[in-house]
Amino acid sequence: MNLSELLARDIYQRADLCRQFEVEVFKQVESKNIQLPVYLSAGQEYIAATLSVALEHLGIVNRQVFIQHRGHSTYLCFGGDIDGLILELLGRVGCTNGMGGSASIHSKEANIFGHDGLMGSHGPIAVGMAYSNKLPTLCFTGDAAAEEDYFLAAIGWASTKNLPMLFVVEDNNLSILTEKKVRRNWEMHEIARGFRMNAYDIEDCPEAIFESLDEHLFETPLLLNIRTNRLFWHAGAGIDSHDTPDRHLIFGERFTEDFRIETREKNSDILRSAWKRHL
Amino acid sequence: METTPLTLREVIKETVRHHLQVANGLAMGQCLTAVGWVGGTLPKLYEDNGMVELPMADVAGAGFAVGAALAGRRPIYVIRYQGFNWYNAPIIVNYACKSKEIWGRPCPMFIRSIAMEGGIGPVAGSSHHSIYYRMPGVKIYSPMTPSEYRTTYTDFMEGDDVFYVSEHRGAYHIADEYDDIIFEAPDYVLFPISITRLAAVEASRMLLNEGIRVAVHHIFRIKPFELKSTFIESLSKASCGGCVLDDDYVNGIAKCVAFDLGAAAGTNMSVLGLEERSAGFSKSADNLPPTPEIIVSHVKNRLTR
Repeated sequence: MNLSELLARDIYQRADLCRQFEVEVFKQVESKNIQLPVYLSAGQEYIAATLSVALEHLGIVNRQVFIQHRGHSTYLCFGGDIDGLILELLGRVGCTNGMGGSASIHSKEANIFGHDGLMGSHGPIAVGMAYSNKLPTLCFTGDAAAEEDYFLAAIGWASTKNLPMLFVVEDNNLSILTEKKVRRNWEMHEIARGFRMNAYDIEDCPEAIFESLDEHLFETPLLLNIRTNRLFWHAGAGIDSHDTPDRHLIFGERFTEDFRIETREKNSDILRSAWKRHL
Repeated sequence: METTPLTLREVIKETVRHHLQVANGLAMGQCLTAVGWVGGTLPKLYEDNGMVELPMADVAGAGFAVGAALAGRRPIYVIRYQGFNWYNAPIIVNYACKSKEIWGRPCPMFIRSIAMEGGIGPVAGSSHHSIYYRMPGVKIYSPMTPSEYRTTYTDFMEGDDVFYVSEHRGAYHIADEYDDIIFEAPDYVLFPISITRLAAVEASRMLLNEGIRVAVHHIFRIKPFELKSTFIESLSKASCGGCVLDDDYVNGIAKCVAFDLGAAAGTNMSVLGLEERSAGFSKSADNLPPTPEIIVSHVKNRLTR
């Protein structure tokens, strides 16, 4: 599937909203308005932004989305309510009635399922749900959670039963700060192929993500290992890699400066109003 | 025409058949359709009918069942040996049991967790329902009779909770119901759980032959614990308190239930269950639930204190 200019603009706008949201969350953490532990997704937003735009473009609206911590961007891109998320992060009754904090957010309206904190548990749960109702199912995970033995078993059963699954591994090469090469000598896409599943190892640029979504999407399971760069650690204490360019800056270069400014200002207005309603 | 009452085994089989063919449910587990059909408790149905063979990945398998529950298929999840819950429990107790509370999404599943014992080593033997007991969001029943099993299934289908159903293969032949044994003025009171109910009834009979009146109140609904007024009544009249019997280690459900009973009745309670050691395969190394003889000895010891 090729990326049209119109869809590229959608992706940029969506990713920009996520980026600005996360930067604002970081500021609110610093100013102590947010006192819960937060798991920021800044730097990784092009994965969720691209996939959400792609699915909408393909008319796949009955999908169910399983996320884990560091899932703010996924929540926002797939239709989660901004006000609900802000309230939840402020420790009030938000999208998860105060039970979810940053890590376990969900949205019934957007068919987004929250995570319980047991890393990788949503892999088998997503697969069990896809088996039971046969709906298109996305399962977002990190490169560390994907190492959980039961997550690997879930990939295996999804392949065995040919389920409508899309596994999305957000691979920033780190578990906290331990690199992949310290933890393992294999890659997730190799494992998935070993389970006889289509799988690709790609960068988080929208073109590559679009190209990886073939015509058999959700007819047969697929795993995308998407290399990405997380900007903030848990609550903004550092950056994963100073060497990796910022995807938002790179992708933005294809648009005019006027469009970038217009996008930034529009999203800024949306977010300013939203935060103002709750601070 | 006189009909033969169904055994517990047959009732379980018919319950599963109804669940798959009438209630649009699923049954999931490992090696379900292999020889034996889990002790003859499953109807001969296959995946097209909702009988789902899972891979031999216990942690993930339980997760698949949780996903099925989240999708509203109310899976009957079969765990062939209760000790395997050390692998099966994590996603059930951390997701299914909490889902309604955290996200307002019920995750009703019926966990058929099966106990047996005698020469099967340190993991496969005995009941392990206490693993789940300490966690919120789960109901624990231990039906040993046909009627109790039907009640368990009805309660499950009428609600939206996670049910841990502690079965025991030693009860599959049972076709009768077990009434409580009540005395106007008992000397002692037993509160047996799971397979210890059979031993408790036998112990009560043996002790009555010696003139010792031991009431027996069967515990079937473990969590939430059904503290019946008859329990308190018997304990209040008993001269030397009572004892909770379990097929699990005593540092779990047995002591918790004993505490609740003792606090409610203001009397001394004791517990009998598995000894605090690992079970071996040989007879001399095995770790079995209390026999009638052990219960008799325990009661006499308490009465002479």
